Amino acid sequence: MNKAITRREFLKKSLAGAGLTIAISITPLGHRIFAATEKEKVGVFKPNVWLQITPDDVVTIVVNKSEMGQGVYTSLPMIVADELDADWEQVNLEVAPAGSAYIDPVWGRQSTGGSTSIRHMFEPLAEAGAAARMMLVKAAAQTWGVSEGDCETSAGSVKNKKDGRRLTYGKFTMKASQLKVPDHPEVKKRDQFRLVGTPEARLDIPYKITGSAVFGIDVSVPGMLYGTVERPPVYGARLVSYDEKSAMKIPGLRRVVKIDRGIAVCADTIDAAWNGKKALKARWSEGVEPHMNNKTLEEKFIAYTDKKGLTARKVGDVNKAFDQASKKVGAVYLLPYLSHTNTEPMNGTAYVRKDACEVWVSTQNQTGVLELAQKLTGLKSGQIQVHTTYLGTGFGRRFETDFAEEALELSKATGKPVKVIWKREEDMQNDFYRPGNSCRIQGGLDNKGNLIAWSHRVVVPSIFARAMPGAVKNGIDPAAVDGIENTPYEFPNFLVEYVRMDTPVPVGFWRSVGNSHNGFTMESFMDEMAHAAGRDPLDFRLSLLKNNPRPRRLLEAVAEKAGWGKAPKKGQALGIAQHFAFGSYVAHVAEVSVDKKNGQIRVHRVVCAVDCGSVVNPDTIKAQMEGGLIMGLSAALKEKVEFSDGGVKSANFDNYEILRMNETPEIEVHIIVHNDKLGGIGEPAVPPIAPAVANAVYAATGARIRRLPMKPETVLEAIKSV
Amino acid sequence: MVKLNVNGKEHKVKVNPDVPLLWVIREYLKLTGTKFGCGIGLCGSCTVHIDGKAQRSCQMLAGDAQGKKITTIEGLPRNHPVKIAWVKEQVPQCGYCQPGQIMEAAALLAEKPKPTEEDIINHMSGNLCRCGTYTRIKRAIKIAAKEGRKS
Repeated sequence: MNKAITRREFLKKSLAGAGLTIAISITPLGHRIFAATEKEKVGVFKPNVWLQITPDDVVTIVVNKSEMGQGVYTSLPMIVADELDADWEQVNLEVAPAGSAYIDPVWGRQSTGGSTSIRHMFEPLAEAGAAARMMLVKAAAQTWGVSEGDCETSAGSVKNKKDGRRLTYGKFTMKASQLKVPDHPEVKKRDQFRLVGTPEARLDIPYKITGSAVFGIDVSVPGMLYGTVERPPVYGARLVSYDEKSAMKIPGLRRVVKIDRGIAVCADTIDAAWNGKKALKARWSEGVEPHMNNKTLEEKFIAYTDKKGLTARKVGDVNKAFDQASKKVGAVYLLPYLSHTNTEPMNGTAYVRKDACEVWVSTQNQTGVLELAQKLTGLKSGQIQVHTTYLGTGFGRRFETDFAEEALELSKATGKPVKVIWKREEDMQNDFYRPGNSCRIQGGLDNKGNLIAWSHRVVVPSIFARAMPGAVKNGIDPAAVDGIENTPYEFPNFLVEYVRMDTPVPVGFWRSVGNSHNGFTMESFMDEMAHAAGRDPLDFRLSLLKNNPRPRRLLEAVAEKAGWGKAPKKGQALGIAQHFAFGSYVAHVAEVSVDKKNGQIRVHRVVCAVDCGSVVNPDTIKAQMEGGLIMGLSAALKEKVEFSDGGVKSANFDNYEILRMNETPEIEVHIIVHNDKLGGIGEPAVPPIAPAVANAVYAATGARIRRLPMKPETVLEAIKSV
Repeated sequence: MVKLNVNGKEHKVKVNPDVPLLWVIREYLKLTGTKFGCGIGLCGSCTVHIDGKAQRSCQMLAGDAQGKKITTIEGLPRNHPVKIAWVKEQVPQCGYCQPGQIMEAAALLAEKPKPTEEDIINHMSGNLCRCGTYTRIKRAIKIAAKEGRKS
């Protein structure tokens, strides 16, 4: 029976974390496996922290990455199970506690992001499974008095080739647990995989259709209070006054607590907490930029495109090339701030005691929560347990720890377990947004219509300056120019500049991060240049990818599947775009029609092709392509955070709309297997969808969209200016 | 005190009747399969059946739900054709909105066992999915309709 975490196990998990030792040590070249020093129960075979097999044949695989929809609770166990030759039906999964044993081997921290889970974990998990299999074979050989070569493993059992006997792994766990863990486990070759590369049903789905999967917001701890926080309504506002007495009159209200992030109340029930917060009648000072709104921000973004930026990449000499160009094209693009709008609003539950602390949280950042808890409680890491629940989407928002901080602070103040639940309005107005941004791009063509120069100046607030300042090198935020400076296009003369623009609006990682805007401007302007050259947009791109077979082949594949070059359906037009991000290439062709009277765009169909190197679970790749392009399409067509009076005005789905089923196109996904290095799949489908659609709008109307979102009024304006 | 019939079981809950039904289900009865998403009836995560019809539990006061038959995701049979189709099509990603989607789809099929493409889109467009599982939801409903008619 497949088994994901149930509520009971979820509570039990807290016991599993203690006393384990580091399973892998990081070397510059890879990982080495060590035995867990602590012997488990008799008969349990636990060669490392990633798996254990019990005498009843159940294989438990530990997952150190957060499940936020991207399928890691299935794909990561598949890697271990394949190398182990386990019976997939006997595989059980356990969520890793936060701790040094479970850090990401590349980052040295336990967190999930950057479409890296499989890329970073494949090698250690494969080795963990292979090591266990080798030990089971040795145990079987010793038991039967035959050579290891006479033993063959499959589906959770070992076969004695000499006499045909077959026994399940459970029969050898006792013996295997006495053996030395091999230093260099022999992993499978690609053609030996049995699970990896085949579509496996997700282990978490049975729990997600019954309502039994536990998300952070579902956590309940005996005796807990409900906490809710009133935060500054505009950026930089300070608390002026509040009415504690009135709040305390609400039945069930226990405490009014001033915390770092605002003024909070704790109550026996959630409704009492909300009533108490209202009764506080908190008053706030004016913010740091009381006149800030969309207009002021947009003006600033546009003005900054005239500033000279820091050079992020330079090839050849663009100025010289522009001087020699027979045609020059320039454009300015402007993109809005975006909200994550995670389906599960931010929340956290914590219980801080004198000598121990527990946190239950939907987090992408276990190490961050652990460090925060240490800082706030003064406890040692061994005294703190961080329980990762299911995440009602992550998208980078749950890399932040602000929601956990509130729960920790309130539990510390009250001495009780406290659960903090954000309402949608709190969630939308206290986000770390995908930064608004602008760019100025120039392209030059020679007299044959070849692209000879490309300069790209990106204006965007810095995410890394706040989140990981160490990653900012020579003043350049890597996210700001990601997807431009590392483009696969072969530009003979190329200049990428970064202009940092600071505002009071906090910015953070939003699915595909800088690629989410750079993919749009790059591929939209590529289309502008193709048309300026009088060339087919596909051919024009291919001519710039002569030495890059992967994106070239991908573009050819997506074009063929989408019927590029054939006459489109009446009233429809096609747009194409590709983007390389997180180690993977994704290309989309969008089939679009535009109502020229009202500017309404209709996306009928999207054909997507992805080359992510190698494949673990193909159905998960398809799902991530579908979901990624829908999220990208939602942003492209609808999303924009509204600011007014120095704060966020957008508050809920009535004034921040996201894509619904009635605007969802038919989607076709093609996986191009290249058998190359593994690429990520969680994010790369997002960047190329907005330009594919905008390029189709151009093909349909002759109107170039240089501002997002493509709301009807924006499209209409572009059509009128043709 | 509010008396609620949830999934065939009578509950007496010490709660103010003007608290939304959603929060009574989630935080008083601890039936957390029903999710909170927006609180204004625009996302559908909190969808339950009230006397067999899909309703947003965040938009109904607990007091007004008295005397009615409330069904949550936990009360929808495990072998319901919609749940089976959801597994077959591997619909959920993060899974958070899915109880609401499933309840909405089940109500649609109860009302219209043979929904057209348009029926599905009209009925389901009130339910948001940030993971973008819409195309799979659509496929799964068609499968559930087929299977439901067979049984």
